[in-house]
Amino acid sequence: MSTVPVHLTVNGQRHELQVEPRLLLVHLLRENLGLTGTHVGCDTTNCGACTVHLDGESVKSCTVLAVQADGAEVKTIEGMADGDKLHPLQEAFWADHGLQCGYCTPGMIMAAADLLARNPTPTEDEVRHGLEGNLCRCTGYHNIVRAVQDAAQAMSGGTAVGSQEVSA
Amino acid sequence: MSTTEAPAGNGHVGRALRRKEDPRLITGRGSYVEDIILPGTLWMAMVRSPEAHARIVSIDASAAKEREGVVAVLTNEDMADLLAPLPMAWVPPGAEVSTPEHWPLAKGKVCHVGDPVAVVIGEDRYGVVDAAEDVVVEYEPLPVVTDIERALDSDAPVIHEGIGSNKSHEHSVGGGDLEAAFADSDVVMERRIVNHRTSGAPIECRGVLAEDRAGKLTIWSTTQVPHFLRLFLAIMLGGSEERYRVIAPEVGGGFGTKLQIYAEEVIAAWAAKKLQRPIKWIETRSEHMMTSHHGRDQIAYVKVGAKRDGTLTAFHARILADMGAYHQLLTPLIPSLGGYVMTGVYKIPVVHTDVTGVFTNKFATDAIRGAGRPEATHMIEVALDQLADELGMDRLELRRKNFIAKEDFPYETPYGITYDSGDHHGTLDKLLEHFDEDAMRREAPAGKLRGIGYSTYTEICGLAPTRMFGPTGVGVQAGFWESAVVRVHITGGVTVFTGTSPHGQGHETAWGQIVADRLGCDPDAVTVLHGDTDQGPMGLDTYGSRSLAVGGTSAAIAAERLADKCKRIVAHQLEAPVEDIVLQDGKWIVRGSPDKGMTLGEVSMAAHVPTNLPEGMDPALEASSFWEPDNFVFPFGAHACVVDIDRETGKVEVVRYVAVDDCGNPINPLLIDGQVHGGVVHAIGQALFEQVVYDEAGQLVTGSFVDYALPTAAELPSFETDRTVTPSPSNHLGVKGIGEAGTIAASAAVTNAVIDALRPAGVTYMDMPLTPLRVWQAIQEGGAS
Repeated sequence: MSTVPVHLTVNGQRHELQVEPRLLLVHLLRENLGLTGTHVGCDTTNCGACTVHLDGESVKSCTVLAVQADGAEVKTIEGMADGDKLHPLQEAFWADHGLQCGYCTPGMIMAAADLLARNPTPTEDEVRHGLEGNLCRCTGYHNIVRAVQDAAQAMSGGTAVGSQEVSA
Repeated sequence: MSTTEAPAGNGHVGRALRRKEDPRLITGRGSYVEDIILPGTLWMAMVRSPEAHARIVSIDASAAKEREGVVAVLTNEDMADLLAPLPMAWVPPGAEVSTPEHWPLAKGKVCHVGDPVAVVIGEDRYGVVDAAEDVVVEYEPLPVVTDIERALDSDAPVIHEGIGSNKSHEHSVGGGDLEAAFADSDVVMERRIVNHRTSGAPIECRGVLAEDRAGKLTIWSTTQVPHFLRLFLAIMLGGSEERYRVIAPEVGGGFGTKLQIYAEEVIAAWAAKKLQRPIKWIETRSEHMMTSHHGRDQIAYVKVGAKRDGTLTAFHARILADMGAYHQLLTPLIPSLGGYVMTGVYKIPVVHTDVTGVFTNKFATDAIRGAGRPEATHMIEVALDQLADELGMDRLELRRKNFIAKEDFPYETPYGITYDSGDHHGTLDKLLEHFDEDAMRREAPAGKLRGIGYSTYTEICGLAPTRMFGPTGVGVQAGFWESAVVRVHITGGVTVFTGTSPHGQGHETAWGQIVADRLGCDPDAVTVLHGDTDQGPMGLDTYGSRSLAVGGTSAAIAAERLADKCKRIVAHQLEAPVEDIVLQDGKWIVRGSPDKGMTLGEVSMAAHVPTNLPEGMDPALEASSFWEPDNFVFPFGAHACVVDIDRETGKVEVVRYVAVDDCGNPINPLLIDGQVHGGVVHAIGQALFEQVVYDEAGQLVTGSFVDYALPTAAELPSFETDRTVTPSPSNHLGVKGIGEAGTIAASAAVTNAVIDALRPAGVTYMDMPLTPLRVWQAIQEGGAS
C-alpha cells in the first residue's frame, strides 16, 4: 500500500509521518503516536469516545482521515492537564463521580471543553444538548452534567469544583 | 451469620470518597485491552455468515491467503484439536436442557447472521479486514425462524436437527393449587407482556490479545470473568489452569455482555499457541451488535388473581424465552433467575412460573444488566397497575395492601427462596416524602399528556450460595464463593487481592474503605488488585451484583483476621491484655491510653522483623479468606417516574424520576448513586429507545448505533435519589447489591407512567419499546380526539 506524508502538531509536539491514505486519525493517534487515551466505541460517529480537538474544534477522530489533519493542530486528552495540574473539567469529573468505566470519559471531556469554549456558562439543558453526540452507558449522564457545570463555574472564577469528600 | 456493627476504625465506610480509579482514567492513562501493544502482534479478522440459517457448501480462502501479510486463514477443520465446544455452564436447577454443540468456528452450518465461519490472521490491522473480504463461502440457505411462538409450531424449521425441535428446555417453579386459587379469586387479570430484545452495549466493544511464551498462555480480554475464562480455556485447549493467565485490564463497561466465553477469545488463544505470535482482535461496533450476546426477549402470559378488596390470591406466568441460535454460558438460566422473584415484593399464596426456552435464528441471549430480574419486575409491576385498573383501586393502595411486611422477614416465598430483609412500606413512604403526585398532576404542561408511574421492586442478587444455585451444566463445576488476600507491607502499605473483577464499579475505592477501617490506615494506603488470575487465588468474578456482598465481605473477613493478629502483636509489644487493644484514630492503642500505641506500619515492621512476637506466631502480616454466603441478598426500593407525551408526535419525555433504594449498609454513597443513575437509564433506554430488531429473514436491522438508539444526555432529566437502610443478614457487612437495581426497577415505572398518560386517549396497555411511532399509533387506535 502506498503512503503519503502527513505533518501535524499533537499536544504541542510536531510530527511528520508516512501513512496509508485511508488511515483514520484516531489510529494515527493511538497506534503511530501511542496516545491511547482516545478511544473508539462505534465506528459510525455516534458515540464520541474518539473526540479530539482539531484546530480548536471538537471532531470525532474515527471519521477523520489522518491526511485531513495534515497541517493541523490536534489536542487529545493527554494534552489537557498542565503537568500535574488537572484541567478543571478533569477535576470536576473526578470530584463529581462523572465517570465509571472511564471509556467514554476522554471523549466526553474533550467535547465538554469545546462546549465550554463556545458557551462558558451553559444551563443544564445546554450541557445536555451540547453533549448529545457523546454516549455514556455507565453514569446515566447525571454526574457528567454536574461536572461540566461545576467546571464551567470554576473556569469562570467561581468556587472550587466538587462537593464530595476528598480522602486525606 | 448475624448482622454486626461495622468495626470502629477510622470511619471511612459510609463516606462519599471520590474514586482512586479516576486519576488515570481522566488523563487518558487507563490501559484497556486495545491499548496493550506487544511486539510481533498479528491481527485477526472474522469472516462471518451473512445468512441466518444455511449449510456451508464450501470455503475458498485461496485469494485471501495470497494477500500480502496474511499469515493464516483458519476454519473449523483447522481447530479440530479443541477438546470441548464453547461452554454452557448453568442450567435451571433440575431442568433437562438440550444444548446444541457450539464450536468457535461454524461446523457444517451457520445458525445466525454473524456466525463465524473463518478467521484471517495477518500482519496489518487493515490488511486482515481486506483479506477477510476475499474469503469466498458458498452457502445453501435453509428456512429461517425468528419468532419464538412460530418456532414452537410443529411445522417450523428445526434449527438443530439433533435436538429434533426448537424447544431447549422447560423449567417450572412455584407452589400451591393454582386452579383452585384462581377459581377462588374475584378478579383474574390476564396480559401478554412482551419484553423485547436489547443489547448491553458497553461503550468499549470486546477485544482480546493472546500471547504464548514458553508454554504459558496469557490472554488479555475485555471480560467480566477472567477466572471463568481461564478455566474454560484450560478445558477447551487442554492443560491445567496454571498454564493460562487471564488479565482483565481496564474494562470499558460490561453490563453482562462481557460475562461470557466468546468464540473470539478461544480462537485467539488457540492461534497464539499454534502460530507462536501474539494475536489481537478488536471487535467493531457492528460485530458487537451482531455477536455480543443480547438480553431479554421474552413473551410472558401473566395471570394475576385477587379478591375484590385487592388481596392477591394467585399468580401464574408462562414465559417463552428466546435463547437465540445457541446456548452461551448462562443462556437457559437467565429467564429462571427472574422466575424466583416474579411475584416481587408481594405476599401471594399460590404462585407458578413455567419457562420454555426456544431456539431461533438469532444470536444468543444471556445475562444483560439484571438478567431475568428486570423482566420479572416489569411483568409484576405492570400487571399490578393493570389489576388496579380492573379493580378500580388506587395502585399504591393495592401495593401497600399486599407488601410483605417488615416483620415478616426473613420471608420464605412459595418459590422456595428466603428474602433476607426488607421494608417495602418504608421505601414507599420515603419516596412519597419526595414526590407529591397531586402536585405533579396539577403542574402538567398544557397540550401534553402527563403520566405518573411507580415501581416497587425487589431483586435476588449477591450470587450466590453454591448449594442453592451452583452450576450444573456441561463439563464444569465451580462454586459461587469469593476470595480475598490482604497483605500489609513492611512500610505499612496494604495490598488487597479480590477475586471479583470490576469494569467501572469502583472496587478499588470501596474495598479500600472496607479494609482501611479494619486495619487503621488511610484508604489511599490500600492498593486493590483485581482481574489478573496470576496475582491472587481463584476468584469467581463479577456479575449478579455479587462483588460487594460476596467479594467485599471476603475482603472484610481477611482484614479482620489481620486485625486480630495486629491486636496480639500490639498487646505483646506494649505488654497489655489483648482485649484492651483497640483501633483509634488510625492507631492501635491500649484502651484509655491514646498516647501509647502503634501505627499499622509499626505493627507490620514488628511482624516482618520477628524479634519480639508472641510465642508461636508466624511472621509477616497477610491473611486470606474464601467466603461462601448462606443466602442471596435482596435489595429493594420504590421508584416514581413522570412523563409528558406529545400527542402529535408520540414522543415520550421523562420529566422527573425519583428513586428510593435500599442496598443495606452503604459503603460509599457516591458509588451507590452512580450505580442507580446508570441502572435507571439502562432501563429507560429499553423502555423508550432501544431494541434489537431482526427481520423475518433473520437479518439484523439494528447493526450499529445509527439504528440502535442508546439514550443521550439530551433525552434525560437529572435524577433524585434517596435511600433507606435495612441491613442484610446474609453477610456481616450488612450490604446488598446495587449495580443492577436501577435497571430492574425502572422499565416498569416508565411503562406504567406512559400507560397512565395515555388513559385519556383510550389506551389501557402498551408493550415496550415506547417509541414515538408506537405511542402515536396507540393514540390513533385508542381513538383520541
